[in-house]
Amino acid sequence: MTQAPGNPTVLKVDNLQTHFATRAGVFKAVDGISFELKRGQTLCVVGESGSGKSVTARSILQIVDKPGKIVGGSILLTREDSSSVDLAKMDPRGEEIRAIRGREIAMIFQEPMSSLSPVHRIGEQIGECLRIHFNTPKAERRVRVLELLRQVEIPRPETAIDRYTFEFSGGMRQRVMIAMALACNPSVLIADEPTTALDVTTQAEILDLIKRLQTSHGMAVMFITHDMGVVAEIADEVLVMYRGKVMESGPVDQIFHAPKDDYTRMLIGSVVKLEKKAEIRLKRAEIQPETPPLLDVKGLSMTFPSGLKAVDNVSLTVRPGETLGIVGESGSGKTTMGRCLLRIYDPSEGTMDFRSKDGDVVDIRTADRGQLKNIRRDVRMIFQDPVNSLSPRKTVGQIIAEPLKLAGLFSGKALEERVCELMEQVGLEPSWRERYPHAFSGGQRQRVGIARAISVNPRLIIADEATSALDVSLRSQVLDLMMRLQDELGLSYVFISHDMSVIRYMCDRVAVMYRGQVVETGETDQVVNNPVHNYTKALLSAIPNPDPRDRRIHNRFRYDAGASA
Amino acid sequence: MTDITHLPPFDSEPVLDTRSRDIAVAGQWRLFWLKFKKHRIALVSLFVILFMYLVAAFADFIAPSDPNANNARYTYAPPQGISLFIDGSFAPHVNGLKMTLNTESMRREFAEDPAKQLRVGLFVPAKPYHLLGFIPMQTKLFGLVEPRIGDSLYIFGADRLGRDIFSRVVHGAKVSLSIGLIGVFLSLVLGVTIGGISGFFGGWVDLVIQRFIELLRSIPTIPLWMGLAAAIPVNWPPLQTYFVITLIVSLLGWTSLAREVRGKFLSMRNEDFVIAARLDGMSEIGIIFNHLVPSFMSHIIATLTLAIPSMILAETALSFLGIGLQPPIISWGVLLQEAQNIRAVSQAPWLLFTPAAAIVISVLALNFLGDGLRDAADPYEALT
Repeated sequence: MTQAPGNPTVLKVDNLQTHFATRAGVFKAVDGISFELKRGQTLCVVGESGSGKSVTARSILQIVDKPGKIVGGSILLTREDSSSVDLAKMDPRGEEIRAIRGREIAMIFQEPMSSLSPVHRIGEQIGECLRIHFNTPKAERRVRVLELLRQVEIPRPETAIDRYTFEFSGGMRQRVMIAMALACNPSVLIADEPTTALDVTTQAEILDLIKRLQTSHGMAVMFITHDMGVVAEIADEVLVMYRGKVMESGPVDQIFHAPKDDYTRMLIGSVVKLEKKAEIRLKRAEIQPETPPLLDVKGLSMTFPSGLKAVDNVSLTVRPGETLGIVGESGSGKTTMGRCLLRIYDPSEGTMDFRSKDGDVVDIRTADRGQLKNIRRDVRMIFQDPVNSLSPRKTVGQIIAEPLKLAGLFSGKALEERVCELMEQVGLEPSWRERYPHAFSGGQRQRVGIARAISVNPRLIIADEATSALDVSLRSQVLDLMMRLQDELGLSYVFISHDMSVIRYMCDRVAVMYRGQVVETGETDQVVNNPVHNYTKALLSAIPNPDPRDRRIHNRFRYDAGASA
Repeated sequence: MTDITHLPPFDSEPVLDTRSRDIAVAGQWRLFWLKFKKHRIALVSLFVILFMYLVAAFADFIAPSDPNANNARYTYAPPQGISLFIDGSFAPHVNGLKMTLNTESMRREFAEDPAKQLRVGLFVPAKPYHLLGFIPMQTKLFGLVEPRIGDSLYIFGADRLGRDIFSRVVHGAKVSLSIGLIGVFLSLVLGVTIGGISGFFGGWVDLVIQRFIELLRSIPTIPLWMGLAAAIPVNWPPLQTYFVITLIVSLLGWTSLAREVRGKFLSMRNEDFVIAARLDGMSEIGIIFNHLVPSFMSHIIATLTLAIPSMILAETALSFLGIGLQPPIISWGVLLQEAQNIRAVSQAPWLLFTPAAAIVISVLALNFLGDGLRDAADPYEALT
């Protein structure tokens, strides 16, 4: 992290242009960007989806997918002996660039599940690079691979070396990827969103590891991410990209504390906004704890036919007008729990008492067909994936109208008017109702999903990761919309998320799930500021803090329930 | 990074030019067509196929002579090339054929007679016939302008009874191409129903159906067909035989379609938008017809198109082996039967090549068309 000014430049990219020639015209994915990578330093390239950051990384190694092509600029790689070569001039299939890939510049990919071959043992995969570049004999290779596995802290390297990738978890696979990248002691490491697919605690471990290895190997690291928190935790220098162009670049402290560009300011603003409770929530009157709960779940358990106990004796209450957050990492059973509440899955034990409008209490778990139909009009769902949850074959108007039609609430002209009203309510232009979902962006599609959920005047909405597929600048907009609708329509939410900042922004109370169980529940403020359970502490301390002056994940709290990583 | 990498990151109104505005309100089939159009070979194949089916439908009009009219004078007569000009002026004609009997080899040898120029014209009068079985016509697309007894027009040669190969191939298209369509239609009905039941109910129903399909598929095709075809009584009328043969070739065709439909059912059942429809209170039948069927209809059409050529080939194979359709029905397979002996092929190769070319062209075109349709079947891939 020391900003030694004398660090020599390893890679100098100047006015790089990568274009994709498509039928519709030339798409300038990377449009004239310049930056330098210095030895022992980390450059974070940050931007939202479609900003061209991955294409930049791939251009350096000349592995841009067709029809992408570098059309201009230079990529100068300076070697130890201070000779330099221009990678941009090389033939993408040529001998020269192949000698550089893996040997001098190595890359880690985003998806650990698909970037390793399932048919080779990990020892062979890590050693492959040594065989190709140095023709190292087999026995020597094995020694080196064992050493690498030890460096990336894979437990029991002697047995791990002969295992296959499917025997490892996502975090462990990413460690294997890192070992592969380090095998030939590269001078530049490009990491393309290496932690995006991982849980937050695993992410913290991997970030730690990369930092440590960088210090010991003295590599230059180019780290691509969309997460400003990660940037603040690890970057020395930052490059902010938007639509193929550099908006701003500079030292991390300057970017966060004195941003010059509007886009950077917006980006940081939307992250910082999520660091505290939403403004409209601060103004709202307290919800009375005495009011009878809208939903009272007791001892809910759900076992899949495979024997996996996804939900284990969970008890929760949701009061009218409140937002209950459910937070947990992947595999904690939070999604299954949410789906049980709507009987998409049939829970095996417990009660789910739902208080309907007229005050009757119905147990959702044992409700019959007719009751369930009524309950499903009162309890609605917002899905995670804005692409999959809208039928691509129906217009947006038809999608929103469908629940209304099925409930027999409106028809003909009244239906049309109600659809327009709903679209306005969620911030969509009513005249767009003839369009199909493919004409909408992710955030707009999620608004369509919200309109569909509120169309039949429900009282409880279960939102399963409703914002996790969205870019950060859209996230707070969608959350604000949901809270506004909550106040207007008197809704309650069960908000399921893996993202603590979203929970903190929006939820009144929060339940922390770990391996099917609720380990802690309480007021959001109290859980966030004074967590009781060790798992909650670990979860909270692993969240990257978007302030480079207050880097915390390196001295985080680790939770170990006799669990393998 | 996420599922929405291609989209602009701002939540503002997407700036749409006229073309994207058009796409924004484009339904499934319009997108399907837009994507299909990009597949050049498939597009060309589509026109080839349409052309061939048109020829089959209007075979009586297009074929210059009666496919069953024999002429002992012109046994194994070679193709007569059409020349377009006489002395520099436009006058399409063929040269008459002069036959001599080679007494040494005991063969008829044909030579063109340039002195005898027979004029060929479009829309020539002919014997009365019924087009498509009900339109009375007295005109053919082309033929000799002033036919006299002894004149001949064999643009693709004649067979051992002096019948016009071109007319026979054109008439054969009726049977050969329609057997594919009817067979595929039967497969569609069987496949979608049985596959749908299998995928929708699951459990032991699914198990039984899938095992049954595997059993059917494990039986070697040709012996099975032979067995079934042998069971057709010889004295049945040709039309009835035709339908039974169609049934036989589609008997196995439905299995792959049923599997496809079942697979689609299973994978779509848990799509978010299907769950959303279920939560909206839609009945299972409603979900099937409102969401599932429209979603895989385009896939089914593509699969069906790819199934037609195998039906055509099956009919051809059966007829070639002599266990399918029998003369006097004319199909491409029956025509190939004529070319089974080496003497016929060496003396009159047009017996083999004309029907074979028709089969190859139609099968290839259908395969290309099917490929194009399959690629276009999910028009949302590129857009979303």
